Amino acid sequence: MSTSQPYTPDEYKRILETALLAASDPLPLSDLKKLFDDEFDDDTWRVLLNDLRTEWSGRGIELVQLASGWRFQTRPEYQVYLERLKNEKPPRYSRAVLETLAIIAYRQPVTRGDIEDIRGVAVTPNVLKILEGRGWIDTVGHRDTPGRPALYATTKRFLDDLRLRSLAELPPLTEIERVMDLADAAQA
Amino acid sequence: MNPTNNKIEEMSAPEPAHVAKLYGEPLPEMPKDLYIPPDALEVYLESFEGPLDLLLYMIRKANINILDIPMAPLTAQYLVYVEAMRARNLELAAEYLLMAAMLLEIKSRMLLPRPRKVEEEEVLDPRAELVRRLLEYEQMKAAAAKIDALPQAMRDYQWVSIWITDEVAERLPDVNMHDLQVAWLSLMKHAKVMQHHKVRREELSVREHMSIVLRKLQGGAYLEFSELFDLTFGVAGMIVNFLAVLELVRERLIEVTQREVFAPIYVNLAQSATGSNDVDVPTVHA
Repeated sequence: MSTSQPYTPDEYKRILETALLAASDPLPLSDLKKLFDDEFDDDTWRVLLNDLRTEWSGRGIELVQLASGWRFQTRPEYQVYLERLKNEKPPRYSRAVLETLAIIAYRQPVTRGDIEDIRGVAVTPNVLKILEGRGWIDTVGHRDTPGRPALYATTKRFLDDLRLRSLAELPPLTEIERVMDLADAAQA
Repeated sequence: MNPTNNKIEEMSAPEPAHVAKLYGEPLPEMPKDLYIPPDALEVYLESFEGPLDLLLYMIRKANINILDIPMAPLTAQYLVYVEAMRARNLELAAEYLLMAAMLLEIKSRMLLPRPRKVEEEEVLDPRAELVRRLLEYEQMKAAAAKIDALPQAMRDYQWVSIWITDEVAERLPDVNMHDLQVAWLSLMKHAKVMQHHKVRREELSVREHMSIVLRKLQGGAYLEFSELFDLTFGVAGMIVNFLAVLELVRERLIEVTQREVFAPIYVNLAQSATGSNDVDVPTVHA
C-alpha cells in the first residue's frame, strides 16, 4: 500500500485492522501513525480506532486498548471453548501470589519486607519468581536502608495482561480510611 | 502457656451464665463460627495465609466489631489453634507464635486499669496497631480477589495474531531480472573456469601439444630442446609434450639436431613444414 494512498475511512480502517491483526504485540498509536503518510490529529485516530472496535463488536474477537497500545484479543466468554482444544486448563495463581501481586500493584514500589508486614507472613522467593517470570513485576530500584532491599513495581505487561490502561484502572480499594475514621469516632 | 486456664479466667468474670462445653471443656461464647474437628485442623489451617488471615476469619465469622475486638476470647481461641498445631507437630510458622505473643501482650495491657485515659484522650488503644494491620491486610486480601476477578491474558482470553506474522517478520530480499542475469553470467564465467580445470587431462592430447610445439617454432627459430618444455605442464603434460615432439619428428614436421653427444639438442621446423613463408630460413640438417 505504500504506492497508492488509501482515501476512504473504510480503507484506513482495513489497513489498521490488518496491521493490528498481523502484529504480535500491542501497537501503540505512535506505531500506527507510521502506517499512513497523512497526519491525523489524535481525535481522528480515536474515532478511527473506536469505529474499528465497534465494527468488531459482534464477533468472537475484540479490539482493546491497553497500557502499551491497541491489540486484538479473543473475548473472555469464548475462553471455555478455546480450552477444549487444549489438554490442560491454565493454572490459577495461589492466594499468596495474588496477595503479593495486589500489594505490589497498590503500594508500589515496595520491598519484600513491606509485603511481609502487610501479609503477616514471610514471602517465599518462589512467589516473587512466579510474578517476575510472568513479566508482571520487576525491580525498579533499591531502598536506601541496610541491606538495600529491592523495590518491586508492576510492569506494563501486567496492565496489558489484565486489560488495564493504567494503574488508575485497578479496582478501587475498600475504604480502609473510612473504617479507621469510624474507629477514631468510636473511641472519642 | 495453657490456653484453657486463660479461658476459664476470662469466662468466670464477665458472663458466667451460659457456658458451652466441648469435650468437657468450657467454651467461651466467642466461637460462633463452625466448630472444627481437630482432625480437620491440618486441612483447615492450610487454607489460611498466616496469622492475620486466621484472625480475620475468626473475627468476621463471629461477627465481631473489628473496631472493638474482645481481646480475651479472641486470644483464647487463637491460642487453642496454636496449641493444637503444636500438639499435632504441624510445621508451625514463626509468625503464628509471634502473633500469639502479640495478642497476649495486648490482652494484658487491656487488663491494666486505665484511669489516665479519662485525662488524656490521646492515649492509644493497645489494639489499634493490630486493628490497623488487620484492616490493611483485609483490604489487600480483597484487592487480590478483585485482581483475580479481572480477565487475565492466557487464562481468560487469548491475544489474537494472524499466523503469517512470523513469515512476514522474516524479510526476504527482492530479486529482479537484472540480478538474475548477473547471477547467470557469473555462473557461466565460473563454469568456464571449472571446465578448464575439469578437462585438463583431456587437453593433454598429443595433437594439442604438437600445435603448441609448432607454434613455438613459428618463424623458423631454433630452440633448445628443453625450451619446448614448460615445467608448468606437470609430469603428465611433459610426457604428452615429449610424445608430441616425437610425433612431429615422425611426421617430419620438425627437425631435431645434436652436434655431438651431450651437446645441446636443437629443434626447428622441418623445411617441408615451413612452407613457402619461411623459405629463407636457414636450416641445419642432422
